[in-house]
Amino acid sequence: MTVRRVMGIETEYGISVPGDPTANPMVLSGRVVTAYATQQGMRAARAGWDYEDEAPLRDARGFDMARAIADPSQLTDEEDPTLANVVLTNGARLYVDHAHPEYSSPEVTTPRAAITWDRAGELVMREAVGLLAAPGAPGVNLYKNNTDGKGASYGTHENYLMSRATPFADVVRHLIPFFVARQVMCGSGRVGIGVESTRPGFQLAQRSDFFEVEVGLETTLKRPIINTRDEPHAVAERYRRLHVIIGDANHSDVSNLLKLGTTSLVLGMIEAGAITQDLTVDKPVESLHRLSHDPTLKATIEVAGRRTMTGVQLLWSYYELADAWLQQLYGGELDPDTAEVMQRWEQVLTTLERDPMDAAREVDWVTKLQALEGFRARDGLEWSDPRLKAIDIQWSDVRADKGLFNRLLAAGRVDQLVDDETVRAAVTAPPEDTRAYFRGTCLARFPHEVAAASWDSVIFDVSSQPSLQRVPTLEPERGTKSHVGGLLEQADTADELLRLLAQDTPAGA
Amino acid sequence: MATQEHKSPQRRDADPADDAPEPAPATAPAKQELDSDIDSVLDEIDGVLESNSEEFVRGFVQKGGQ
Repeated sequence: MTVRRVMGIETEYGISVPGDPTANPMVLSGRVVTAYATQQGMRAARAGWDYEDEAPLRDARGFDMARAIADPSQLTDEEDPTLANVVLTNGARLYVDHAHPEYSSPEVTTPRAAITWDRAGELVMREAVGLLAAPGAPGVNLYKNNTDGKGASYGTHENYLMSRATPFADVVRHLIPFFVARQVMCGSGRVGIGVESTRPGFQLAQRSDFFEVEVGLETTLKRPIINTRDEPHAVAERYRRLHVIIGDANHSDVSNLLKLGTTSLVLGMIEAGAITQDLTVDKPVESLHRLSHDPTLKATIEVAGRRTMTGVQLLWSYYELADAWLQQLYGGELDPDTAEVMQRWEQVLTTLERDPMDAAREVDWVTKLQALEGFRARDGLEWSDPRLKAIDIQWSDVRADKGLFNRLLAAGRVDQLVDDETVRAAVTAPPEDTRAYFRGTCLARFPHEVAAASWDSVIFDVSSQPSLQRVPTLEPERGTKSHVGGLLEQADTADELLRLLAQDTPAGA
Repeated sequence: MATQEHKSPQRRDADPADDAPEPAPATAPAKQELDSDIDSVLDEIDGVLESNSEEFVRGFVQKGGQ
């Protein structure tokens, strides 16, 4: 067990036109996607999306929701030609999801790579904002956050590939307590308590107040701590894709690394049956809210019906289990990615336990709270003051010069784990160790012959064939550079690539 | 295991790493230094914050997503 596993992050960005709150967000989001695609020489409708294998109503508990009773927002597989959708050369998907532009990162295999291609998405959105900022026009602003503070929330989802053999009940039981506490390290901070911010104050996480149930299929209403969507985008008998909807959009590399890394380790322990303690949290939804509402981190929740723990203490329990399990498996020899996550995990918990405000360089909500408390002290502001709410929103503006987090980052006030150069390269280059390599490279090499693509297919339209040629990529760890890099290099045309693939093992199957 | 710089009081007793000396408590920067540090954060934000906070906040209205 290591932090290594196929994973990715999808982010819906907040969108607004300055001075025009009534602007149609679907049209605006379409404009964002189209502007970026056009500038890349792609047509947003050309390299479209292949919906054949999408099944958003498939439930991990083993049944399908009837389409008739589903909320229209759950029908994500019905193609609407008015909605822009493009696959980028880095293997990501850029499209309009409901009323937000969304960047779904390519599949990667390490937490470091996940934050690299997640931040590449920020650069894509920043570029789009620049393209739409014509002189004299109000332009479109994009925000990497998860709520407007007025009752609406939009998601940042993580995806983790898991073994199908692991009983879903084990995932539910061991992951709920972890997700109740995880916000302590990974929350992005929010001004206002309650979905509509009816109570003034500050809380750890953007998303927590929007969660109402423990387990469920929904993502847009009655949001569940564990989402049961069972749409593996891979060989279904072998894999499950755990779709995590409870996290915040992160700015801090450390919070983001810990979000992906510690979750991957906890999943590894669940798969191995290595969670040997009962960490069941009493009233998980209430506990989630209670922890989020207390930036002193002194709030406690009831665990296993017999003891009370703070969020930090509960996270220490998971850390201890992971540490013991890793010791047992590997002794002192950890791969660098796992070692980095374990080291940061321990450091951050130690710091938060000593004094949460000491984690201002690492933990998103602390960075934000420190700045807000500074304003409160200097200008005597109440938590209800619009300036504090404005800071909370503008914190996540994707522009380098306007985004407040970006300003603090540029001023060297926040720890950065992945340098800007690496992130810039990831805007166009795919990860090399997943099928995203095949998808992205096909888009880069043969943009005119790729008719559509999806997570588990690339569809070619070549003149020599009367019908479209669908190359399935159902194995996420095939179609890598070591697997198909040679073929892609050898092929001068898409036709030739298809011929070479037919002779060789297909890219994914 | 990677270099462990901090110890939690909850670490298992059997962990050999526990023999490592406790790190010195983080030296808190002098209050004056801390204040000027925060001041520079506030200056950074003051320089770019939307001037009409109330209108800016009112105008940030989103449709719900996933």
